Amino acid sequence: MPHLSRASFFTSRKHKPSSTKMATLTMSRPAVAGFSFENCRRNVILEGEVNNLGCSLPAARKTGTTICGVVFKDGVVLGADTRATEGMVVADKNCSKIHYISPNIYCCGAGTAADTEMTTQIISSNLELHSLSTGRLPRVATANRMLKQMLFRYQGYIGAALVLGGVDCNGPHLYSIYPHGSTDKLPYVTMGSGSLAAMAVFEDRYKPDLEEEEAKRLVRDAIAAGIFNDLGSGSNIDLTVITKGNVDYIRPHDEANKKGVRTGDYKYKRGTTAVLSKCVTPLDLEVVEESIQTMDTS
Amino acid sequence: MLSAQGFGGPGKMKEYHYAGAVENRFSPYAFNGGTVLAVAGEDFAIVASDTRLSEGYSIHSRDSPKCYKLTDTTVIGCSGFHGDCLTLTKIIDARLKMYKHSNNKTMTSGAIAAMLSTILYSRRFFPYYVYNIIGGLDEEGKGAVYSFDPVGSYQRDTYKAGGSASAMLQPLLDNQIGFKNMEGVQHLPLTQEKAVQLVKDVFISAAERDVYTGDALRVCVITKDGINEQTIPLRKD
Repeated sequence: MPHLSRASFFTSRKHKPSSTKMATLTMSRPAVAGFSFENCRRNVILEGEVNNLGCSLPAARKTGTTICGVVFKDGVVLGADTRATEGMVVADKNCSKIHYISPNIYCCGAGTAADTEMTTQIISSNLELHSLSTGRLPRVATANRMLKQMLFRYQGYIGAALVLGGVDCNGPHLYSIYPHGSTDKLPYVTMGSGSLAAMAVFEDRYKPDLEEEEAKRLVRDAIAAGIFNDLGSGSNIDLTVITKGNVDYIRPHDEANKKGVRTGDYKYKRGTTAVLSKCVTPLDLEVVEESIQTMDTS
Repeated sequence: MLSAQGFGGPGKMKEYHYAGAVENRFSPYAFNGGTVLAVAGEDFAIVASDTRLSEGYSIHSRDSPKCYKLTDTTVIGCSGFHGDCLTLTKIIDARLKMYKHSNNKTMTSGAIAAMLSTILYSRRFFPYYVYNIIGGLDEEGKGAVYSFDPVGSYQRDTYKAGGSASAMLQPLLDNQIGFKNMEGVQHLPLTQEKAVQLVKDVFISAAERDVYTGDALRVCVITKDGINEQTIPLRKD
């Protein structure tokens, strides 16, 4: 702990402190093992207060989902659907479920959308620092260790079910990681609400040492089984093919479902929305940056 | 959302009774999804429904339409719990036959609606879990739509959506058929072609966002010449 002398601390300030106590020094404590129960009491109180008002706390958005991975001759193929649901309504028709961990490792995520997103980003960041420290390309087993230790620490409260795949100095590796922190190292894995449909396809057609095109077809068909037979999965199929020294991030690999074409014209003429009053306030702003983000207006 | 259920106080977890009394209630209802829509025009009526039958995250059938023909001028759309839909339509068919035999005439749409209301209310304390919409022609040959709640409250409408995607479709119909929230738009009467086109487009949008709606759309157009059925494909995911 850095030692600050009281004299030097006060002479640098202009204010006259009324007490002779030292001002509080904020410093991050080293990471403590085990689950931190700090916020539980506050959460119980908050939940009670909100329920008294007649509302309920917002439910986290889950992704429904079918994700899978397969190890083939030269590497791994990861696949995912692209539907995110909020209850039984589709919240996002084309979300990305295959997350970057490191140049040679990618991770598909099912479960609570925010949890999969943040967990993979945290591990990706820590893995980059680790890789700079070791001077080597990160290994899939390292990413697996980091993910399972974090998820176990949170005792399953982080709802992230992951399929982690990559190629490192020891060859291609594939892991499935469950929200409570258990992992399985297997040649083919599926996760999410559509995992049974996808696994049915794998169990039928998987064999060791597949060629790249065969493996891509197998993963595509497994995700398609999830998309068509599971209500929580849908829209398109994203694939990621990882081999030694090369990653193909194919989004979308297959647009399995296109929006139906509407025959009517639903454009509104100017003036259809009634303007009740108008008040124009000019603002003095300078344009710093302009960017365009397309949205689906079909 | 973090649940504080396992928290019994600072430093303690709640005691779990693994061998204690656990009550597992059997639910007599299931939700099988599906959306139904009916529109009434000047001299026609349209009843449309999707054909997907689901339960939980699974699909039971991609070809289970929810429109049932009652008479030559009336079609009913039922969505909700499929078991109750089947029983209810059987009961309505039986009652139609009884009416025909004792009164020597076919029941009119208005009469069927009134009868359905009493059938549903007779089960007020163990309801039929069905959302009904009747579409047909009234005695004057004009289009009529009657919409119901599960216990029998009903009213005559110009258009109504029911079932899982009803909350998404109803505002769209209010705008396009009822001309609500629009200024300076000509209130043209709805033609049969425009109505069928609107129904198809509206279901395409519902299938995009509601997981229970999809596979195919069955449209029944009721005119004085009879009932014409069309089936068009929808998203299958």
